[in-house]
This record gives sequence, C-alpha cells and structure tokens, in this order.
Amino acid sequence: MFVLIVGAGRVGSTIARLALAAGHEVSVLDEDPLSHERLDEGQTTSWEDAGGRFTVGHAIEIEALEEAGINEADVFIASTNGDNTNLVIAQIAQRKFEVDRVIVRVMDPARASWYSHQGLHTICPTSAAIAEFKTALEIA
Amino acid sequence: MYVVIAGAGKVGWNLARELIGKGHEVTLLENNRRRYLTIEEELEHAVQYGDASELWVLERGGIQRADLVIAVTGDDEDNLLICQIAREKYLCERIIARVNNPRNLQWFKLLGIQPAVSATDLILRLIEHEVPSYGLVHLLDLPAEQLEIIEVEVAAGAPAAGKSVEQIDLPEGSLIISVLRGGKGFVPKADTVVEAGDEVLLVLDPGLEEAITKQFAPDGLGPSG
Repeated sequence: MFVLIVGAGRVGSTIARLALAAGHEVSVLDEDPLSHERLDEGQTTSWEDAGGRFTVGHAIEIEALEEAGINEADVFIASTNGDNTNLVIAQIAQRKFEVDRVIVRVMDPARASWYSHQGLHTICPTSAAIAEFKTALEIA
Repeated sequence: MYVVIAGAGKVGWNLARELIGKGHEVTLLENNRRRYLTIEEELEHAVQYGDASELWVLERGGIQRADLVIAVTGDDEDNLLICQIAREKYLCERIIARVNNPRNLQWFKLLGIQPAVSATDLILRLIEHEVPSYGLVHLLDLPAEQLEIIEVEVAAGAPAAGKSVEQIDLPEGSLIISVLRGGKGFVPKADTVVEAGDEVLLVLDPGLEEAITKQFAPDGLGPSG
C-alpha cells in the first residue's frame, strides 16, 4: 500500500515509521523541514535510505499534495496539529483525489463525532484519553 | 434577520456594526481574548468570546436559529469548516465565506461553500473594470441561481454599434439591463440605440459570454479572436 501522511508530529512520524517497517510505501508531508528529524529518530538509517519519502510543503497546497504523491495514495492520514486543517484536507483527499482510505485525527470530540457520522474515518485522541482516565479512576 | 459572524477582525467588526445599524440582530464570535474585550466595549452583548469552529461556541451564539452565517476569520480552513458545519449540521440556508488566499477558492468550490468572497479577486475585478480591454468584466456571479451579470464595452465597428437594443442579435437567455454612457447609466428601452464607446450591462445564463462578446467586439470576434 502507498500511505500518505500529512503532519509529522509525534503521532504522524511514529505511524510513518511503523507503516514503513511493515513494508508499505510511505510518503510524509509537513510544512516544517525540522519535522524530518522525528522520522530519523532512533533509526540506524536515514528516513530516505530506509525507503521513505519526505516533502516540505503546506497541507492545503495542491502542488504540495501532488508532489507528496496523493494521486497514487491508497491511504491518506491527516495528522497535522490543526483540527480544521485535517478535516479540510481529508475531504480534499476523499472528494478530489478519491483516495480509498482516508483517516483523520480530530482533537475535538464534538467535531470528530459529527464528521464521523458524515462518513469520515475520524480518530479522536481526546476521547481515547478520557476513556483511559475513566478506566484509571474506575468510573463507569 | 439573525446573523452570526465568525471572526472579529476588521471585516467582521465592521460588518457587525453595519448590520446592527440596519436593524439586524447580530452575534459576533471572536477567539482572541484581548480583541474580544476591546470590541465588547462597543458592541456589548453582540460579541461573544470563543473559537467559532467549536460546536458549543456556535450553539451558544445561537447558530440554530441563524438566517445567515458569515465566516470571516483570517484562516481559510476555519472559514470553510464553520460554513460547512453551519449549513450541513445546523441547516442554515445562507452562508458567506471569506477566502484569504485565492488559491484556496477551489476547495471552497469543491466542498460546495458558496458564495466565497476573496478580496484579491474583487480587487482584480476592479482593475479589469478600470482598465478596460475588449474582454468582458464579471460584475456578479450567482452559480447556484445560474445567473451572471457582466459588463462589456461596445467597440467601434462592432455588430451591435449603432443598433437599437431590439435589433442586437443576442442569444436566448441574455438581456441588456443597463447602458453606461458619458459616466451615466440608464435602463434602455427596446428602441434605445447602443453607440460605440457605451458600456453595456447584461444579465445572462452562464456560458453565453462568447456569443455576447461577438456582438460587442470590434470585428465581431471574441476576445481571443
């Protein structure tokens, strides 16, 4: 599979490394050139030598998305630090580039829930944290 | 009319002030605490503090009963999302979005957020208007209504020059609504003669531009001819 990950923060870069290690083709897009360091972290070879791709560019720019390979992507992951950016680029990936699987991180549980009802595959770390706290506190 | 405005920058604040002056009920939403406090001194309860892309902030602002939602923050993704949520979640029929970067206009169109207003585009249109070439100027596009209003200058030797309005061979679905001559505009009658140098305003169905331009360009050719 060809996985395009937009936003190489802690989550995006870790998923990128895991997907590459699992044998997938992985391309990462981030507007900050320094985010590349997170991809190399703890690895013996550089991200590119390991077979990964990295593009510097803004998530909403069509040229950046195309350079990062959105036209060939089977999976699109929106994991920038902005909920609205993620929700917009996920819909662009879905409607304009017709990517098969689009997964989007949304920190706000309310928007995550509404957009998941609209047919987007949303992942909400806030809801996950709340669930863990509930378990830790042993409240139902 | 009840209007919710997201973003109290220069555009949002002035819009709110004007609409309130016209007797409309307005709620302005602003995410920056200091900006909010400044504006609150003038607009009092008509401005609320909060991130307008949060559903609870929109609901506290009364989006459920809004007749019009205007998103004019400095962030295009925010404006897009706010309008999408207003229309699709809260079933608000009328939305207006501001596009800060004209390159993002395509995404507003892709997600059906119309009208999307770009200051850069508006200024470009004004430049076209002030520096006429034999192209036509789009004054207003209403894509949902399938209507456009354009302005075109009558060239010397154009098929339309010297003809009365009823003689001009205009395509079905177009109508001359105004003639500008010597700096003054008037509504023409069927027997009004259109002269070279006049500027003519037409209302038309989209797609008729080329057939119309032929009537007003010098040798009956379109701008590309």
